Amino acid sequence: MSNTTIVPFGPQHPVLPEPIHLDLELDDERVVQALPSIGYVHRGLELLAERHDFIEMANVAERICGICSFIHGQGYCQGIEQLMGVEVPPRAVYLRTIWGEISRIQSHLLWLGLSADALGYESLFQHSWRIREMLVDIIEETTGGRVIFGVCKVGGIRKNVDDEVLKAVKGRMRDIQAAFNEIADVFREDPTVKKRTVGVGVLTAEDAHILGAVGPVLRGSGVPQDTRKLGYAAFGELDWEPVVEQEGDCYARCIVRVREIDQSFDIIAQCLDRMPAGEVEVSVKGKRPKGEAMFRLEQPRGEVCYYISADGKKNLERFRVRTPTFANIAPLVHMLKGCELADVPVIVLTIDPCVSCNER
Amino acid sequence: MSWSWLPISSLVTRSALSKPVTRLYPFERRTPYARTRGHILFKVDNCNFCTICAHKCPTDAIVANKKDKTWAIDYSLCILCGNCVEDCREGCITLSNDPHPPMLAKEIWSVRKDYEAPPPPESPKVVLPGKDSHPS
Repeated sequence: MSNTTIVPFGPQHPVLPEPIHLDLELDDERVVQALPSIGYVHRGLELLAERHDFIEMANVAERICGICSFIHGQGYCQGIEQLMGVEVPPRAVYLRTIWGEISRIQSHLLWLGLSADALGYESLFQHSWRIREMLVDIIEETTGGRVIFGVCKVGGIRKNVDDEVLKAVKGRMRDIQAAFNEIADVFREDPTVKKRTVGVGVLTAEDAHILGAVGPVLRGSGVPQDTRKLGYAAFGELDWEPVVEQEGDCYARCIVRVREIDQSFDIIAQCLDRMPAGEVEVSVKGKRPKGEAMFRLEQPRGEVCYYISADGKKNLERFRVRTPTFANIAPLVHMLKGCELADVPVIVLTIDPCVSCNER
Repeated sequence: MSWSWLPISSLVTRSALSKPVTRLYPFERRTPYARTRGHILFKVDNCNFCTICAHKCPTDAIVANKKDKTWAIDYSLCILCGNCVEDCREGCITLSNDPHPPMLAKEIWSVRKDYEAPPPPESPKVVLPGKDSHPS
């Protein structure tokens, strides 16, 4: 007879305010296995795409997730543009790249703050969010929204951003990077952070590859795979390399995110330097998407896959999204095996779960 | 001796000695940016009730009636996408920079173009028995 106990973890606020439920089978304080269950916040957004006009759906696609909202909108619009054979003007492509990277930085800063909070490091949590607030202000100034950007549309972007505003943004970005470097040193060196994360939840490169991990979880295990290398938007013209850490533990995943923030600042600076002039949208009036397309984008949490099928009507035939959290749940269950109960929240947090994104 | 505690200590000391980064909301408010999407404003004067705004609204927050010359917006449904502002040919719909004040209940702003609209149907007079000789 086994002496294991089942402890329910979640769905109400397990570390993050995200409704994921884990049944932890414990032998004393050690996790024998974890059984995840999801499906608490399903909204049926994919079905909605089959009933709405494909132009209006760009608004709905952005609402799949509150943190990576822009990249969902960008992915949806890119897919429709690919089906219709529309070439987006280069200025719109560069602006999309900048907003995508800003949303990556703010998502990682949000995660760093929450991870500091989970470690019991309240002051670091507040400082991370203080810096994130400066970025959210830039988002509001350039797009008009703080969480839902609402700028991406099929054929380009809604409103151009003046060169003076972009110049001011460049200066402010430098200040934000300087402020971020101060807290980055804390994440890198502080003994409180290290004690809770080094050697915890190790995922080897082989396991990460077999279990289909994506994003910082995969790169934290030493696999240099980043979907941005496919060269969508302006990434093909920019100079950058994927961030990789070899250890595969919680600390490595944290450091991947810290280094990715630095890299994103660099990508934004490159985009601002090379910003082309000209129009920001092309008219798609009278055109309808036809055929099917499957493509991948890199979200802050990892690779997201979109499948769009259209038959030349106003509505899409099928719209399917596979979000990074879904791909990272199998590696999470693997990482939880054999860990201490007290380490479970930290390990769950390091995959950066976004359950509402996952269930759409 | 490890100096790993130094970065956070210097950060915390500086924060303790400087002014707070937060504001005393609602007494102290930040000026909204020029592009901030606050809430929808509508001017009835030029409106020809083409109802394009109502058709373009992804959440059906706008209801316009050509016959009765009425236009209404449900602020609890509006997602501030700006489709109506872009598509209004007469420039009647604009976006204000100020965020809409918090709502205690579902708020519908209804506008009617009175001088062109047909007169509202008269409600039938109800005559109660025994009240006919009421002095007026």
